[in-house]
Amino acid sequence: MYDTHRWRAPFQASLPVMFGYLPLGAAFGILAVEIGTPVWAAVLMSLVIYAGAGQFLAVALLGAGAGLVDVTVATLMLNSRHLFYGLSLLKRFKGSGWRKPYLIFALTDETYSLLTSQANQNHDQAFRISLLNHLWWMLGSLIGAAASANIEFDSRGIEFALTALFIVLTLEQASRLRRWLPFGLAIACAMAALILLPDRHMLLGAIGSASLLLLVHYRMMRDNQGAQA
Amino acid sequence: MNIADLLIFIAVCAVTTFATRVIPFVALAKHADHPLILHLGRYLPPAVMMILVIYALREFRPMLDSQLNVSSTGWPMIIASIIVATLHLWRRNALLSIIGGTGMYMAMVQLG
Repeated sequence: MYDTHRWRAPFQASLPVMFGYLPLGAAFGILAVEIGTPVWAAVLMSLVIYAGAGQFLAVALLGAGAGLVDVTVATLMLNSRHLFYGLSLLKRFKGSGWRKPYLIFALTDETYSLLTSQANQNHDQAFRISLLNHLWWMLGSLIGAAASANIEFDSRGIEFALTALFIVLTLEQASRLRRWLPFGLAIACAMAALILLPDRHMLLGAIGSASLLLLVHYRMMRDNQGAQA
Repeated sequence: MNIADLLIFIAVCAVTTFATRVIPFVALAKHADHPLILHLGRYLPPAVMMILVIYALREFRPMLDSQLNVSSTGWPMIIASIIVATLHLWRRNALLSIIGGTGMYMAMVQLG
């Protein structure tokens, strides 16, 4: 008999993500089809790209007829935060064997939060949580894409879900960190980029200059410590 | 856009996204404890989130060219953002905040 309880704990852990990914995936599916992407392509994107904000950006660039270089740079910039997720999971994923490539591939913001908050360090459980989250995302995309292709539905304004997600993630980051520095720095860089740069380079300019300022901040802190020692 | 171009576009997005996830595992495994990496790992993610909020709200420019100039979605955007933040500070339920704010925004844009 197949061991069903090995799915029960991962399912319970992934429930909050399911409630987020079904509507957000549906919002993506609706937006993708509205921009002119076929239903199968929207679902394929959720299968092989699997990045919330990244996929919204991808269909926006697809709709704008952006080139492959623009898409590559924009995706790299938007997903650069993933670079730092891996660092804290180097030990956690050690010894996960054949599951490791998938665990790394499926490392979204939400899966990262779940896996880092799990007391249970079991690789099999981590794999099942990742797989379930991916499934909710694909299911949401399919529902949204199919519904928007077949049913009259006034979806004007649904893209605000992405703005709302960013606001929620920022508040979560603020309550975790309780420091003004990164937020003040980000506001300054974003405002400067908004005023000084053309719209298509705004994100790159803001995130690039914020990273540089953090580097400067690190050196200043290190020099201060050196002077005190 | 033909199917071949669409597939190439999706493949580029998929490979690039995977690259951002896999790079630390292959390149920085030995330097995971370097203080600069820890510093960036701590402060860059919240900074990026804050920048994305401003990016998403950039169409709201009340003083563009020194004149009162608000697009038709400007105020709904700001009001819905305040609803999202208030709901989230109150209930700390990501789904509720996102659905509540988006629902209000859609209502304001479609009915207003």
